[in-house]
Amino acid sequence: MKKISAVPIIYILFLMLPIYWLVNMSFKTTNEILGTFSLWPREFTLENYIKIFTDPTWYNGYFNSLSYVAINTVISVSVALPAAYAFSRYRFLGDKHLFFWLLTNRMAPPAVFALPFFQLYSAVNLFDTPLAVALAHCLFNIPLAVWILEGFMSGVPKELDETAYVDGYSFSRFFVRIFIPTIAAGIGVACFFTFMFSWVELLLAKTLTSVAAKPIAATMTRTASTAGYELGLLAAAGTLTIIPGAFVIYFVRNYIAKGFALGRV
Amino acid sequence: MDNKTTYQKAWFFVIPVVVLVAFNALIPLMTVVNYSVQETFGNNVFFWEGVKWFEEVLNSERFHASLGRQLIFTGTILAIEVPLGVAIALTMPKKGVWVSVCLVLMAMPLLIPWNVVGAMWNIFALPDIGLLGHSINALGIEYNFTRQPMAAWFTTILMDVWHWTSLVVLLAYAGLNSIPDAYYQAAKIDGAKPWAVFRYIQLPKMKRVLTIAILLRFMDSFMIYTEPFVLTGGGPGNTTTFLSIDLVKVALGQFDLGPAAAMSLIYFLIVLLVSWVFYTLMMKNEGQ
Repeated sequence: MKKISAVPIIYILFLMLPIYWLVNMSFKTTNEILGTFSLWPREFTLENYIKIFTDPTWYNGYFNSLSYVAINTVISVSVALPAAYAFSRYRFLGDKHLFFWLLTNRMAPPAVFALPFFQLYSAVNLFDTPLAVALAHCLFNIPLAVWILEGFMSGVPKELDETAYVDGYSFSRFFVRIFIPTIAAGIGVACFFTFMFSWVELLLAKTLTSVAAKPIAATMTRTASTAGYELGLLAAAGTLTIIPGAFVIYFVRNYIAKGFALGRV
Repeated sequence: MDNKTTYQKAWFFVIPVVVLVAFNALIPLMTVVNYSVQETFGNNVFFWEGVKWFEEVLNSERFHASLGRQLIFTGTILAIEVPLGVAIALTMPKKGVWVSVCLVLMAMPLLIPWNVVGAMWNIFALPDIGLLGHSINALGIEYNFTRQPMAAWFTTILMDVWHWTSLVVLLAYAGLNSIPDAYYQAAKIDGAKPWAVFRYIQLPKMKRVLTIAILLRFMDSFMIYTEPFVLTGGGPGNTTTFLSIDLVKVALGQFDLGPAAAMSLIYFLIVLLVSWVFYTLMMKNEGQ
């Protein structure tokens, strides 16, 4: 094995410390958390996790979050596919402006839209449903998906399309049978990133829900502010939200930079 | 780039995207514009106010203060994260199993929900039972981020460095990896010093990715809300109340629609303007 420089190791240790502390807290009892300062749990307990898995207000939060995230991923990626294809293959009236306009929505601070979103989704009777959050997250996830997919599609030579037409494929057959399998990796990456950005966002998700569709993040902030010192429970809930990302990150490791840079690397 | 064919019907491919994004972007934006020029006393009765709210916001001390804090925050984190990210990327291994391990571990903070980042740092920095807070206090330095403004700033900035430096690392690393080995060999033959290699080979090759990194970090740090809100709640006092936190306080807390809307538009315009400058730079780089 080749020697590796100390800098990345120190940096990674720095990254892991707060995560370790969160996991550490999640296995402690409230008494221990408040009573002593300890580097690892002295009275190891699963109580906090059991509470989350048995109390509906907690585990429903996860279901709510996962459902709007899943709906959002499906909508974003499926509408972004044809659009990204158009941007990567054709020149049309206003294409460059449209591409930039899409990006501006990624720049819009969610705080600017919080109040109008609340009114808009109340007006169309979607307030407090997972669908409302899923649609609202399209604001930044569709541009993201279009940009990432366009990046991948531009890497596919145009000759592929042309050969398929010469072979007598219709456009739709070509798109489904040949093009989509060719950019499968890109679609995977786009799904991962739309999933992730919807999963990490809280402000809009919290604004658009109250009881029925409350996301896990909102349940957590409410616990933090009202119950005050249920830190163990909060830590356990936090630890569980890290798992989906940690679980799939290995598969996209070579595309992480591309995804975070909106397909521009 | 230029082997694209002109095909106006390509618009049909784009329509679903335009409809969905427009629904989410244009209607709320029009609502904001609408509020920003009117006064209401409830019951859906509105009076035309012209640019009064804009004048009020632009002249208000409160807006100046949160804009100032925002600028200091964004400037500081850019000044730390960009050089640090580049430095870490330069020392990363080029090949082997360690690359995957490094990439996966470094990307971890990027994938954690933002409120969890705030909550995690809150627990981590608590002066009595948090590892960071306890350690600093054990060194004999008085540290309590819920009471001391300086400690609150230090913690918020450290949290952002923890959260987002990896983004710069990943992008810079991707840029470095695109440099062919032949460049380094040529430099070696010429007897170039490490600094010269960095200045004339690595930095120019990283220009494009670094522009993207700075653009993304500018945009996201300018919109930051959840993490400092969960960590400090904007306090102590207003010392860590950045633009988004202030805006949400005005809009959803006090329900001052007019000023909140005017503030929203000014805020959005600032982000848009700076981002447009970067975007133009980025596209120019891409054309090369």
